[in-house]
Amino acid sequence: MSSVNTSGGSLKITGGRLFDGQGAEVENTALLIRDGRIATMGEAAIRENADETISADNCVITPGFVDLCCNLREPGNGQKGNIATETLAAAHGGYTTVCASPETSPVNDSSAVTHLIRDGAASRSQIRVLPIGAITRGLEGDLLSDMAGLASAGCVAVGNGSRGVRNARILRRCMAYAQTFGLTVMFSPENQALAADGYAHDGLVTSRLGLLGIPEVAETAAVMEMLLLAEETGVRLHLSQLSCGRSVEMLADARSRGIAVTADVAMHQLVFTEDALAGFDSRFHVRPPLRGESDRKALIAGVREGVIDAIVSQHQPHDTAAKQAPMAATEPGLSSIESVLSLGLELVEMNELALPDLIRALTSGPASVLGRTARLAEGETADICLFDPDAFWTPGSKTLVSAGRHAPVTDRELPGVIRLTLSEGRKAWPQPAI
Amino acid sequence: MTANDSSPHHLQLTRDGQLRHFLTLDGLDRALLTDILDTADSFIEVGERTIKKVPLLRGRTVVNLFFESSTRTRSTFELAAKRLSADVLNLDISTSATSKGESLSDTLLNLEAMASDMFVVRHSQSGAPHFIAESVTPGVAIINAGDGRHAHPTQAMLDMLTIRQHKGQFEGLKVAIVGDVLHSRVARSQIRALNELGAEEVRVIAPGTLLPKDVESLGCTVEYDMARGMKDLDVVIMLRLQKERMEGALLPSEREFYRLYGLSQQKLALAHPDCIVMHPGPINRGVEIESAVADGPQSVILNQVTNGIAIRMAVMSMAMGGQVAERQQKLSERGQA
Repeated sequence: MSSVNTSGGSLKITGGRLFDGQGAEVENTALLIRDGRIATMGEAAIRENADETISADNCVITPGFVDLCCNLREPGNGQKGNIATETLAAAHGGYTTVCASPETSPVNDSSAVTHLIRDGAASRSQIRVLPIGAITRGLEGDLLSDMAGLASAGCVAVGNGSRGVRNARILRRCMAYAQTFGLTVMFSPENQALAADGYAHDGLVTSRLGLLGIPEVAETAAVMEMLLLAEETGVRLHLSQLSCGRSVEMLADARSRGIAVTADVAMHQLVFTEDALAGFDSRFHVRPPLRGESDRKALIAGVREGVIDAIVSQHQPHDTAAKQAPMAATEPGLSSIESVLSLGLELVEMNELALPDLIRALTSGPASVLGRTARLAEGETADICLFDPDAFWTPGSKTLVSAGRHAPVTDRELPGVIRLTLSEGRKAWPQPAI
Repeated sequence: MTANDSSPHHLQLTRDGQLRHFLTLDGLDRALLTDILDTADSFIEVGERTIKKVPLLRGRTVVNLFFESSTRTRSTFELAAKRLSADVLNLDISTSATSKGESLSDTLLNLEAMASDMFVVRHSQSGAPHFIAESVTPGVAIINAGDGRHAHPTQAMLDMLTIRQHKGQFEGLKVAIVGDVLHSRVARSQIRALNELGAEEVRVIAPGTLLPKDVESLGCTVEYDMARGMKDLDVVIMLRLQKERMEGALLPSEREFYRLYGLSQQKLALAHPDCIVMHPGPINRGVEIESAVADGPQSVILNQVTNGIAIRMAVMSMAMGGQVAERQQKLSERGQA
């Protein structure tokens, strides 16, 4: 990571409400950051001198957000975004750590690509980028990748991005091999044969609009298969981007039987339903698809109860052309990372989710999936997000920094403005002057 | 929570509720549908004259944009436009630009440069006409001539015209739609039209593999058994079965389908004696309908074709009228401001 400013210097944050990502809030008196770490907190910090002091009155202070699923589009898809634009967008969203999806071009199935991503991040990102390796060669779902090599090059987990694995036999071997090295495997559960050519939830809206549906069972059958295989192989399984209420039930059941499984859900799955497609709005062509209201409610309950560990952005920036066509011809995904907190705060406002649960699912929840911590305590790395929950902004071409402009909401104000993102004590947002 | 308000029915109406595009029957009320039928009725007379022309679209350019091939729909649209005195350009895009990798947006930009007033669009992807209507220059009307599995609103309206001619009204009617509802844009538009116009019951008759998920939510009842489904029917609409349905394991064989869901004289006898038989065409004799029924006294299949021209004249003239009215309104507002 480059040292742009404030490195070496000290920064004091006074006032505000402080959530350490685990439990309830505490009043912040002062928090002193020195040498990239939280040096002291509380009364002791008040007395200390600092090079710069920031007031956090009316703001919330949390650990920097951690994203388990983010597409930085580098290498290979420069027209959709790159490490510089997308990590800046992440910092604008309050993130200090993002996992980089293996779906790059070429895909991240070799240590050479992993190094390329890490080198790019070291020179052009203000935040931490953790690559996810491809579990199969070329993400084709047929042959094992060099998983041990990927891990030693710096991949924190292996997965198949949003793509499936040919069949259960290969999936079983992927898990057994990853388990050998203690690697976490991340799968987005989708049975390819059942999903077939679909691109929207097989439900009321799809039936009316004549879109090609992906039935719920395409996910639930895959979840069940993966849980059974994880149980058998003993691998640490992470289920990415759930979309069905039934999946949450199966997950809870598997956990109660002691299976080592964690899971995440994309923020847009907690906010929108199939109804978002009503005007053939291809922006909401996402995968897995937006499903029904009962699924949305069950997913929120899953986050609230801690069955789902993390909320992810599933950030997928695209060039305009990729999204401007009839829905079947568009590419899936939202440019979402800058709006995650704001959409979450709307859920808090509507009493669907409590603020501590939201923060946990953005910080300590995803961090623990990676075997990391996200805490505000003396001695911890100063990865910090400071936001004003009562200030408003409107996502749009003037405010978004991602190369992808297809944010989930662009036509109205959203609550929650990120005032400061600190990554290892350095300012990642607002954008440091160069 | 819905993300936006750009549903097709807002897109296709002017602020005063006049038609400006014709994309779907969703969101069009009974009064407007009746207006389309009445307008079409008045055009039927035009088709019976020696000089079959009215000057409503004189000087206008209509482009038939067919991204999916079709003979009958395209020729009836062409005839309808010509009877309205428009200049017509037929573009069979399925074999040209897009197969060379040009995107729909780019194709459109090129066509708009030709300064046309109306695009009649057929496309294999659901929502394509809607997408075009959203991105086209204001003042250009878009008519949906069938998109994917979504809608075929002119076909449904010509079917409604045919039903009205034979039954007088929609109240009290029991109508069945038989066959491949899953893949049918025609069925979706028909179900919507029949519900809005006040039919008593719309039944779909098909095996489970050929029905969309939660099909009842579209406004119909489901019957798997055709003999039971034919009971008390006033209208039976047969859908075309594509041969490729066997390959996707949706059906075992044409023979079994015909035995269970084909319309034979025997099954037709279970309906009302004056039940009419309809089919959007082209028909597969011996697959979904027996020849004796297709050519029989209860069949109105050829009336449908004739009515197709009148309905398309009605919709084209109404949408052009809406566009003109809207432009005049904008001009006068600008004049006042």
